[in-house]
Amino acid sequence: MENANILLVGVGGQGTLLVSKILSEGLMEAGYDVKMSEIHGMSQRGGSVSTHIKFGKKVNSPVIAEGEADILVSFEQVEALRALPYLKKGGTLIVNDHQIYSMPIITGAEDYPEGVIEYLKKICPDTLSLNAGEIAEGLGNIKAQNVVLLGAMIKKLGLDSIDWKAVIAKMVPEKFKELNLKAYDAGYAL
Amino acid sequence: MKQLLTGNEAIARGLYEAGVTVAAAYPGTPSTEIMENVANYKEIRSRWSPNEKVAVEVAGSAAMAGARAFAAMKHVGLNVAADPMMTLAYEGVNGGLVILTADDPGMHSSQNEQDNRNFSIFGKLLCIEPSDSQECKDFIKIAYEISERYDLVVLFRMSTRVCHSKSIVEIGERKEVGVREYVKDVKKNIMVPAHSRPRHFVLEDIFKKVEEEYAYTTPLNKIEWNSKKIGIICSGISYQHCKDVFGEDASYLHLGLLNPLSKKQIKEFADQVEELYIVEESEPFIEMQVRAMGIACKGKDVVPRCDELNTRRIGKAFGVKRYVEEDLYQPEVKAPARPPVLCAGCPHRGFFYELGKMKDVMVAGDIGCYTLGMAAPLSAVDSVICMGGGFSGATGFDQANKEAGRKTKVFGCVGDSTFFHSGITSLVDAVYNKADAVYCILNNSITAMTGHQDNPGTGKTITGEITEAIDPLAIVRSLGIPEDHIRVVDPLNLEETRAAIKDAYESTGVFVIMTKSPCALIKEVQKANAGKHVTANPDKCKSCKACLKIGCPAVALGKDGKIKIDLAQCNGCGICKQVCKFGALE
Repeated sequence: MENANILLVGVGGQGTLLVSKILSEGLMEAGYDVKMSEIHGMSQRGGSVSTHIKFGKKVNSPVIAEGEADILVSFEQVEALRALPYLKKGGTLIVNDHQIYSMPIITGAEDYPEGVIEYLKKICPDTLSLNAGEIAEGLGNIKAQNVVLLGAMIKKLGLDSIDWKAVIAKMVPEKFKELNLKAYDAGYAL
Repeated sequence: MKQLLTGNEAIARGLYEAGVTVAAAYPGTPSTEIMENVANYKEIRSRWSPNEKVAVEVAGSAAMAGARAFAAMKHVGLNVAADPMMTLAYEGVNGGLVILTADDPGMHSSQNEQDNRNFSIFGKLLCIEPSDSQECKDFIKIAYEISERYDLVVLFRMSTRVCHSKSIVEIGERKEVGVREYVKDVKKNIMVPAHSRPRHFVLEDIFKKVEEEYAYTTPLNKIEWNSKKIGIICSGISYQHCKDVFGEDASYLHLGLLNPLSKKQIKEFADQVEELYIVEESEPFIEMQVRAMGIACKGKDVVPRCDELNTRRIGKAFGVKRYVEEDLYQPEVKAPARPPVLCAGCPHRGFFYELGKMKDVMVAGDIGCYTLGMAAPLSAVDSVICMGGGFSGATGFDQANKEAGRKTKVFGCVGDSTFFHSGITSLVDAVYNKADAVYCILNNSITAMTGHQDNPGTGKTITGEITEAIDPLAIVRSLGIPEDHIRVVDPLNLEETRAAIKDAYESTGVFVIMTKSPCALIKEVQKANAGKHVTANPDKCKSCKACLKIGCPAVALGKDGKIKIDLAQCNGCGICKQVCKFGALE
C-alpha cells in the first residue's frame, strides 16, 4: 500500500486514541511519512470524537476533508452516519455494531434511528459490520474492542507487511498484552 | 533520532533544546500539553500560573533578568496577558522571550475565533507561525535567537491543527545558554512616560531594521518554485492544505515570519507569477498588507473567514475542478446530535439540577466543565463570557435587575481554578460595591476541562511537588463576608444543596456557596468508586422519567420504558437515586 487516509470516529472514551497511536507508530517504523490529527477538549465530554491518520511517501495536510477518507472506522453506529460524507465514494467502512445514546436521545428530544447498519450497507457497498464489544467481552474485557476494530482495519487495508503484534506488544501495558493480541487476531480473522 | 510528536510536544522539545530555563502557562485547549511536556524537563523551571497575565509577567521579568523564558496560553488567554505583553514589547528583552498563543480556528473548544496574529502588529511583536511539528521545534529555537539579536519579544502563533497533529520530528540536543548578565537599566526597564517615549522610537527603528536586514533572508520563509501560473502566499496549516490542493500546479511563498513581512520578498514573488492567491485561516492578515502594497490578489473574496480551512474548502474557493464537483455520501438518515455533557458521576450535576429548578433566577456561568450546566435538560445557565466573568456577570445582571425593579435573584458560578484565575477580583468588587447576589465556587479540586491540571487549590505544583493548598474559603472569609452568608455543600447531596440554594435565594447582600466534591475522573476518585454503581429495579419503575431530568449519560429508559443504568459509566454518585420517588434505583 502506498498511501491512505484513515478516519476513526466514535464517542469520547471509546479508545480511538490507542488505535491511532498503534497505527501511526507502526507506519512510521515501516518508513512511511505519517500525520495524525485529533481534537481534544470539550468534545471529549461525551461528544463525538474523530482521529485523522494519513500516511504515504509524503503527507502534507494532517486533516482529512469531506470525500477524502479511504477507510472510515466507526466505533458507534450513528457516528458512522455523521462521518459518512468524509468517506471517499466507494471507500471502505468498518462499523462497530454498538449504540451509545446521546443526551437528546436520553431526554426524548430526538430518536435513535432504526436499521442504521442495514442502511449503511445499502449505500456503501464495502461495509463490514461487527460487534467488537461482544468479541472483546468474549476474550475477557470489553475495553479491548478498539483493538478488535484495529485488526479488522489492518486486514481491509492489506497492511500485512508490518508486524502489528510487535507494535501492540510495545504500546500496551504488560498485563493487557495477551488480551490485546488476542483481540487483534479476532478482528483480523473476520 | 526521529519521533512522532504533536506540535505541542515538539514545542516543549524545542524549548528544551533552545536552553530555555523559565516557563509559565495557564492551561487552555489547544495549548495545554505544551507546559505538561515542558515540566518533564528538569532543566526548565516550569509552573502553572493562576492566569495568563501572571505567566507573561513572570516570563517577561525572567527574560529581563537574563533567562531564556517562555509563556504559553490559548488565544483568549492572550487577551488576559495583553497588558504586560504590550509594554514588554517596549522594554525588549535580555534573555530571549517567547509568548505562545494557540488559536482555535473552528472553535473546537473555545468561545471565539480571534486571530492573534493581529496582536503582533498591534503590539509590535515579532510573529512566527509553524506549519507542522518539525517547524514547531525548529522555529521556536530560531525565535530565541532573533529575540535576543534584535531585543524584541516574539509572539509564536499556533493553531489547533498544528498543536494537536502528530508528524515526524528529528530530535536534537540541548544547548545550554545559561543566564545572561543583569545590569540595572531603568530607562529600558521602567516604562514611565519619559522612558517610554524614546523606547517607542527605538522599537520602531528596530522593526524597520528587522524588515530590511532579516525578513528577506530569514530561514523561516521558504519559496518553492513550480508552475508560475499561480503563486500562493500562505502560512501555518494553510500551507499544508494548499500543497494537497494545488501540488506542483502552483508556486509557494510559505511564510514562517508573519511580522514584519518582507515587502521585497512578497513583491519579487508576486512579480514572477501570473496570478497571486493568499490563503490564510481567519482574518486577512497577510492579504491586507499585500493589498496595501498595491498588489492584486485573490484572498478573502473567495476564502472563508469563518471556521477552519481544509483542502476541500480551499479547493472550492478557487474553483479547483475535483473539489467543485460534489460527489459525497449524503446519508438521508440523519445522525442525532451528540453534544458534550457533564460526565456520569460529575459533582456539578447535583448543583445545576437544583439551581435549574429555581424559578425567577438568572445564572451567570463561566469557562470550564461547568459551562455544560447550560445543556438540556439542566438548562441552568443564562450567560457565559470569559474566565472570571461568572462572578462579575452576576453583579452586572443584578445591577440591571435593580434598575428595572425586577425581583429576580442572581447567581454567578465559577470553578476553583477560575476563582484563582480571575474570580477573586470579581468577588472583591462584589463586596466593595455592596452587591446583592449569590457567588458560587464549584470546587472539584482540579482544572478539569483541560484534562486535570493542578492549580493553587490542589496542594501540588506542575511537577507534583507538595505546596500550600490555598483554600478559596479562606479568601472568601478574608473579604469580610459573614459566616451566615457562606455555605459549603456536597453537591452530590441534593437536600443539602437545595437548602443552601434556598438560603441564598432568600438572602440579601453577597452570599457565597462553595460546592466541594472532586471531579469523578480524578484517578484516586475513580479508584475509590471502582465497582460502585446504582442498581435499577425495573419492577418499581413507574416510567415517570424524573431521573432523566438530571441529564446523566448513564441513566436512560430501556426499550421497555423502564429505567436502565449503564454500568460501564455509572460510578454510584447516587443523584438519580435521590430523585426517584418510587425506590426504583438502589
